[in-house]
Amino acid sequence: MLPAEETGENGMQNSVILIVLLLLTALGYHLGRRRALHSVGGTQAIRHLHSLPSYYGLYVVLWAVIPALLVMLLWGLVQDTVLNELIISTLPPEMQSLPPERLGLLINDIHNLAVGNITSEAPSPAIKAAADHLRSLQAVADLARAVVVLAIATAGALFAWRAISPTMRARNRVESILKGLMVASAMVAILTTIGIVLSVLFESLRFFQKVPVTDFLFGLEWSPQIAIRSDQVGASGAFGAIPLLAGTLLISFIALVVAVPIGLMSAIYLAEYASPRLRAWAKPILEVLAGIPTVVYGFFAALTVAPFIRNLGESVGLDVSSESALAAGLVMGIMIIPFVSSLSDDVINAVPQSLRDASYGLGATQSETIRQVILPAALPGIMGGVLLAASRAIGETMIVVMAAGLSANLTINPLEAVTTVTVQIVTLLVGDQEFDSAKTLAAFALGLLLFLITLSLNIVALRIVRRYREQYE
Amino acid sequence: MSSGNSVSPSFEKVQASLARRYARERRFRAMGLGAILLGLSFVAILFITIIGNGYTAFWQTYIRLPVYLDPQVIDPQGTRDPEVIRQASFRKLVRQPLREMFREVKGRRDKRLLYKLLSDDAPHEVQQRVIDDPSLIGRKVELWLLADDEVDMLVKGHIPRETLLEGRKAKLVGWVDRLQAEGRIEKRFNVPFFTRGDSREPEQAGIAGAAAGSFYTLLVTLLLSFPIGVAAAIYLEEFAPKNRLTDLIEVNINNLAAVPSIVFGLLGLAVFINWFGLPRSAPLVGGLVLTLMTLPTIIIAGRAALKSVPPSIREAALGIGASHMQTVTHHVLPLALPGMLTGAIIGMAQALGETAPLLMIGMVAFIVDIPQGPLDPATVLPVQIYLWADSPERAFVERTSAAIMVLLAFLIAMNALAIVLRRRFERRW
Repeated sequence: MLPAEETGENGMQNSVILIVLLLLTALGYHLGRRRALHSVGGTQAIRHLHSLPSYYGLYVVLWAVIPALLVMLLWGLVQDTVLNELIISTLPPEMQSLPPERLGLLINDIHNLAVGNITSEAPSPAIKAAADHLRSLQAVADLARAVVVLAIATAGALFAWRAISPTMRARNRVESILKGLMVASAMVAILTTIGIVLSVLFESLRFFQKVPVTDFLFGLEWSPQIAIRSDQVGASGAFGAIPLLAGTLLISFIALVVAVPIGLMSAIYLAEYASPRLRAWAKPILEVLAGIPTVVYGFFAALTVAPFIRNLGESVGLDVSSESALAAGLVMGIMIIPFVSSLSDDVINAVPQSLRDASYGLGATQSETIRQVILPAALPGIMGGVLLAASRAIGETMIVVMAAGLSANLTINPLEAVTTVTVQIVTLLVGDQEFDSAKTLAAFALGLLLFLITLSLNIVALRIVRRYREQYE
Repeated sequence: MSSGNSVSPSFEKVQASLARRYARERRFRAMGLGAILLGLSFVAILFITIIGNGYTAFWQTYIRLPVYLDPQVIDPQGTRDPEVIRQASFRKLVRQPLREMFREVKGRRDKRLLYKLLSDDAPHEVQQRVIDDPSLIGRKVELWLLADDEVDMLVKGHIPRETLLEGRKAKLVGWVDRLQAEGRIEKRFNVPFFTRGDSREPEQAGIAGAAAGSFYTLLVTLLLSFPIGVAAAIYLEEFAPKNRLTDLIEVNINNLAAVPSIVFGLLGLAVFINWFGLPRSAPLVGGLVLTLMTLPTIIIAGRAALKSVPPSIREAALGIGASHMQTVTHHVLPLALPGMLTGAIIGMAQALGETAPLLMIGMVAFIVDIPQGPLDPATVLPVQIYLWADSPERAFVERTSAAIMVLLAFLIAMNALAIVLRRRFERRW
């Protein structure tokens, strides 16, 4: 966490650089345009130019901005690391040889001292000197950054400006740069996937070095406490994911039991029976359920539904946990009703009218047509929708964090408290953490598991939906 | 051959089954209608619960007390210097009128309970009043002071009197009754709720900090995801050749749209915080994570908008000699922009309601200060709701619901804006 003063100054310096850069580009645009016009001798001879004059201006602008911004970004990423290295190399040797985590604390102290905050211990002279050194280094680095960035912008603009001549294909060049930017934007999607896979996989591999994969996948016990001292009770944590998976599936199953009948029946009614007016009202209101933030559902589940179910259970003599799987599953079911209903609505509407007409012609009633003709025809699409809803339920976090339990019970009794994969990821990672403890790494292994499960569900669901769509087109 | 008036056996069979079949038809129809009504009633119950729990939070209980602003305590030298006033202790001054009003209260414990009528913040409030208007010094003024959250709950009826009467705070009820009878208790519009940051004391907690955090987070998200999303949509729809790379990108976008949000949080933690070394709890990182999350939404909506622009527009532009890029930027993009904006607003609304990935990157810290920029530690509205929902005090239930109402109001406004945009600018070709 950066102290406020430092970030404030940094932010201001950044905005100053950006404003100067903006002025530079405006100037560059104007000059580039003018040079292009001058090179053919004014507007009357503009037909001798290869491109419109504004393209020459834009060419200069792109050359000024893109390299400068890239350098600025890189500099921002590297500066802290480099400064820390420099500071460490000036420290007395006995401090340099400290173990990494102590050294990190030390560097933290130096940073705090440099911006005038309180430090964890009374600073020694060496630390004070280092802090002064750091302050001066920071000033130099900030100045250097401004100078380098602006110099690169100017150099880029100048380079482009000098290259301007009547035969230069400015439009083609500008267009290919723009196209390159578009390709880069489209690649963000791939990069995100790679980032997810790598970050989760990498930490998971480290986790599997400490805990064997088989223990994780098939272990029946989950208690991720790692002892601080080796002689503590329960010194070895247990990292078996089965109870978490069972809890996740139990809650998702309850959610689907709620959502599928309600969603499917309302989709059928809206598609086949409802008057256009009812449809125009009911459909958007049902879809409101999909737009409500999950944290609101979590609050609703914990505050209203869970106590209600508990009281109901007590009144018929059942012992219901106040964090029962039933409450979380019920509310999650309400949340995914619109997923089921709008997808089912789409596929029911995609069934050709000729099938309905044929069925009516044979004398079937409307409900018989729906049950024996339309539903079988729409079944693959509906299955796809249900699978998507299931993957949504499995990955849902806030409802279960707020309404489900923390202890891993291996049970199928919906009245008991169970925990889920997502709840455990949140509890393991919220708060302070060390990055090499098995506890923290376990969260990433769970994340990998979650990612793989939802990914395969999605792929299967999308494939089913797509294949079905092609059938009638 | 029989004559026409005899009925065939299968016709009879059908006739006999008709009543049953029609009954089944009616039952099926009723089930469908029931499902819709059930769904609608869930929406109604949800909103009624939240509003019913939360509307009272927009009013807060204040107590009117005659406070003597003793110059001996505030400013013995008579300098009227704000710095001197800032140093003075106003706690005694605020407690004095309570002591005078309830002379029968004796004993340390009872007195401490008596002082508990007022919020811890009351002395600061008086202090600020005096700094703003130093001429008040030396006078006895009737001031409305913020009451403690327990008093507030009692006045609003959220804590039943009986439960309090049984507990060790039984005397509180009598005092509050007496103040109420004297007309010294009033519920006024809850300004602090909208102007303050978080607090451990429910009566002082506000949503301004979380709202500012949400604002900066969404700003980063919008600034990154809209240009990137639009550029990606244009590339995929207008330029991309049909090859494996394009297929790969498309598959990736569709799958990312369905990846659980918490996994994006893990990505943010591993990449942005641990690898790039960006600060924890900062709206910048939150914005980056939400950008990756909302990109698929924006790209998919952008492509649909581009697809709806008829090919005749492109052909006309190409026909008069525009380049491919000019066709897109001068003609297709302006026509598709309203649709893209609608998609972006819907994506932003999703991002505003998102909680789980932000928990992963440390935006759950208890932060009192209102963040001033995208690098300050901050939290966001949904996370604030989560934090308050976890707090045991009864008064936080009310605040949580009120914060939810504010969040929902923002979401409804954003979605309404998207609908209006679509209605006004979308052209049917």
